[in-house]
Amino acid sequence: MTGEIGLLALCLAFALAGVQAIAGLAGTRPAASLARNVASSSAFGLFVFIGLSFGALTYASVTDDFSILNVANNSHTLKPLIYKISGVWGNHEGSMMLWVLVLAVYSAAVAWSKGGSERLTSGALGVQGLIAAAFILFILFTSNPFIRLDPAPFEGAGLNPLLQDPGLAMHPPMLYAGYVGLSAAFSFAAAALIAKERDWARAARPFMLAAWIALTLGIALGSWWAYYDLGWGGFWFWDPVENASLMPWLIATALLHSALATERTGAFRAWSLLLAIAGFSLSLIGTFLVRSGVLSSVHSFASDPTRGLYILVLIFVAIGGALALFAWRAPELEEGAHFEIVSRETTLLINNVFLVTALAVVFLGTIYPLISQALGTPLSVGAPYFQIFFMPLFLALLVIVPFGPRLAWQKGDLRAAAHALTPAFGVAILAVVLVLTFTSPRTLAGTLAFGIAAWLIVASGLDIYRLNWRAVRVGAFASSLAHAGLAVTLMGIAGTTLWKSEGLEVLKFGESMYVGGYTLRLDGVRGVQGPNYQAARADVTVLSNGRVIAVMHPERRIFPAERQETVQTAIRTTILSDLYLALGDRRDDTHWTVRAYVNPLAPFIWLGAVIMALGGLASLAGRLRRPRAVPDGVAAPAE
Amino acid sequence: MRMLFAALLFLVSAATFAAPAPGTLADPAQETRARTLQKELRCMVCQGESIDESNAPLAADLRALIRAHIRAGESDDRIKQFLVARYGDVILMQPPFDADTYALWLTPFLVLISAAGVAIWVVARAARKPRGVA
Repeated sequence: MTGEIGLLALCLAFALAGVQAIAGLAGTRPAASLARNVASSSAFGLFVFIGLSFGALTYASVTDDFSILNVANNSHTLKPLIYKISGVWGNHEGSMMLWVLVLAVYSAAVAWSKGGSERLTSGALGVQGLIAAAFILFILFTSNPFIRLDPAPFEGAGLNPLLQDPGLAMHPPMLYAGYVGLSAAFSFAAAALIAKERDWARAARPFMLAAWIALTLGIALGSWWAYYDLGWGGFWFWDPVENASLMPWLIATALLHSALATERTGAFRAWSLLLAIAGFSLSLIGTFLVRSGVLSSVHSFASDPTRGLYILVLIFVAIGGALALFAWRAPELEEGAHFEIVSRETTLLINNVFLVTALAVVFLGTIYPLISQALGTPLSVGAPYFQIFFMPLFLALLVIVPFGPRLAWQKGDLRAAAHALTPAFGVAILAVVLVLTFTSPRTLAGTLAFGIAAWLIVASGLDIYRLNWRAVRVGAFASSLAHAGLAVTLMGIAGTTLWKSEGLEVLKFGESMYVGGYTLRLDGVRGVQGPNYQAARADVTVLSNGRVIAVMHPERRIFPAERQETVQTAIRTTILSDLYLALGDRRDDTHWTVRAYVNPLAPFIWLGAVIMALGGLASLAGRLRRPRAVPDGVAAPAE
Repeated sequence: MRMLFAALLFLVSAATFAAPAPGTLADPAQETRARTLQKELRCMVCQGESIDESNAPLAADLRALIRAHIRAGESDDRIKQFLVARYGDVILMQPPFDADTYALWLTPFLVLISAAGVAIWVVARAARKPRGVA
């Protein structure tokens, strides 16, 4: 019964999405208040039925209902409960179900939100309804998760062991919350064009923020997982699938900054609309690249040409339609705004110039191998290409960042800003001197990275310190926090990249290797039985200056049901540095390969991401507490 | 159970996760060269990994091959040329700068310059616009 209930709920959800689309779009006419009510009721109904359908699939997975093909293919009775739940989205069909579930949550939130005019919100609901209908149709026709299997097998095929990991259980929902959150910004932008509504940025901002926070955390989780799970100490591969999540993040970051000016002074109105459209378009392209099997990796669960084709058509319709609408209506909405050369608007514009260029780099580097493959001259675009461009772009951008919040809207005072930033400049110089004196190898990029990180952190700290806490605007605090987080991440990346020490040796039991000041003695490797795997667990004694400081246990795990093996690294962190061990292969009874890394500042990478997300959360909380912002003012303080 | 475990352990060493052969070169300078080269060459059967990071058998073979060439006294460029001749440009992590990749290398500069140009135009226009319109 569960499967049939789920399928029925999904069909009803499709009908409701259709109603929401038609009523929502009709509701953009001033008189159509009935249609607006229908649209928001449909949005809540959509949420209930998608929730029911998703719940049915989860129930089937948790209760090991192998009469449902999807569960039989991806689950196993011995799998721990958490992975029976997360396994729901650990496959193509289920992940699309999660996609529409998140979409329904955002739709309900749009219906509930009070930030925009009734016509604008109604139009946004209409566009959300269209997207929901298209995706539910996609699920029903190409990716039905409720197909029955008769006779039902006694045991399921299991879930890819790489996906059986707590970090990865949370990674897809986070990332989807980001991708789909951009659909809400997209819907508001499209609604603004349809309803000719100038004041859209304020209504869309909570959704942009939510999307950006989720993307930041989702990307950080993915990178953290790659770090501790893949066993070679790297945190970012510039893998096409990672890039697919980085591109929406870059756009969302650009949009957050540009839309700030739009909301406050009306500047960059058309440009913000275009960014909102581009953000969701890149989310769709990302979904296409990942789901169509164009790229093969742990992310692409199945390569079925029909699915790829459907998503491709969807992309063309969504992007083409939105751009046509933009070309038609945007000139009417753009009115231009006055600002001086020295003003906060200019710094936001510079931010966008750098972020758009960074986006172009990621986009080119990701699709170029596909194009060159098609043209018959295959080539690879690996990490070096991206790093060559990213380093100067981001370092230059971060030099500008502290000026932004210190310049007023429309007309700023550069001299006063520079004066206020003198302490930050002093500390930055000090950081440069320290790095040059005490570290090796000395590199220009590393020195600059730490100097600029210090510059940004001290500037952000000064911003927070100088806030008037009695009349504090949450936004000013939030942006300082987010900028400081970025600086922390920068230090992590620079430290790990520059000063990593590594070792790779075959050790006999009792033998030691020496990495980054540590002595690592392999005492032995023994067999351990897990719930649904067998492991070879090493005992590695860690000595520093002749004293035992820890015993670490890197593992290799074998999952018999899935016939796969995974590496379980052992990481000992002091926040300032990670000692990272991975067990390599077995040579004979007493010889094993051991990989060891000392990654200075590695935890800063993810710590910084968390600080950035906290900044976003602070801003979001400020918005939700006070949905109607203060009236526009030229001298309004930083946000 | 113990038997099964032993059998599985054997599988580990035999199958997919073959050796990232650590057979280092005696001369540390040569070993550093080998490691640097390894990081610049892509593992052809993996996703975006260099042969330095990969566990694939092909990567292990290439690591051994590179060391053999270094021992034979060949320069880094010669070794790269040899591998490109054998596998094509696709083996290089960093694509070369030639007719096939002008678009790849130059477009970011074009984007930066045009974006900066547009930004300057926008700022100039906004600065000329009378106040109080916003």
